[in-house]
Amino acid sequence: MTEVQSGVGIVFWILSIVILVSAFMVVSLKNIFHCALFLILCLAGVAGIYILLNAEFLAAAQVLIYVGAVSILIIFAVMLTSNLAAQKILQTNDNAMVALVVCIGFVLGTVGLIGATHVWKFTDKPLPENNVLEIGKLLMTVYMVPFEVVSILLVAALMGAIMLAREEKS
Amino acid sequence: MTYYLTLAALLFAIGLFGVITRRNTIGILMSLELMFNAANINFVTFSKYIQGDTLAGQIFAIFIVVIAAAEATVGLAIVLLVYRNWRGIDADNFNVMKW
Repeated sequence: MTEVQSGVGIVFWILSIVILVSAFMVVSLKNIFHCALFLILCLAGVAGIYILLNAEFLAAAQVLIYVGAVSILIIFAVMLTSNLAAQKILQTNDNAMVALVVCIGFVLGTVGLIGATHVWKFTDKPLPENNVLEIGKLLMTVYMVPFEVVSILLVAALMGAIMLAREEKS
Repeated sequence: MTYYLTLAALLFAIGLFGVITRRNTIGILMSLELMFNAANINFVTFSKYIQGDTLAGQIFAIFIVVIAAAEATVGLAIVLLVYRNWRGIDADNFNVMKW
């Protein structure tokens, strides 16, 4: 692919390194609060990848929902639950070697399959110019029912979370 | 395109490693978010290179983002509840339903 050698390619490599290093930090650091901060960095890098893939609306949604909302939620949960004196204890259990074998096997298998596939059915149709406009049209026409269902799901999840987390007054 | 897919595979593997090895429940939830993002990168990549003009992959990715947000909300509420009742959120201690 010629695109990866050009200017887009440099941005892609930088973003990839940022994403993978911060993702590794998320799963390996001992302090859970630092893990949450690295998670924010990783999600912001994924938003950059979306921009490289011409998905501007999705990048904006990623920044708003993940980098904004979900990260704040996670940091709140960390602050409410973590015992800050116990942050030096080992955060992993004894499955580390098994997990390492499973993950390396997964990577080798997937990357091998990606490399072995030579006949991608590439499309010659370009993405629409106005990404946000097209997504808005699709959400209101073709994907109308899933859109409504997912909003009901969000309301249900919100109510469930409030029900679960409220203090019981006896 | 293979570069994007490889990046997604590596990110998914790192998230999988985190889900298996983390002891803290919030750590498991954060690793799950990494795996969701890896799947989303795949969807958007195929939307650009394989499908082209209909944007179905991006719509899928948007729904995944919304559902992941709902999942994180409920999951963290459960974590808070567990912490309030047991004073700890290690996944190894979640055995009250075992007999």
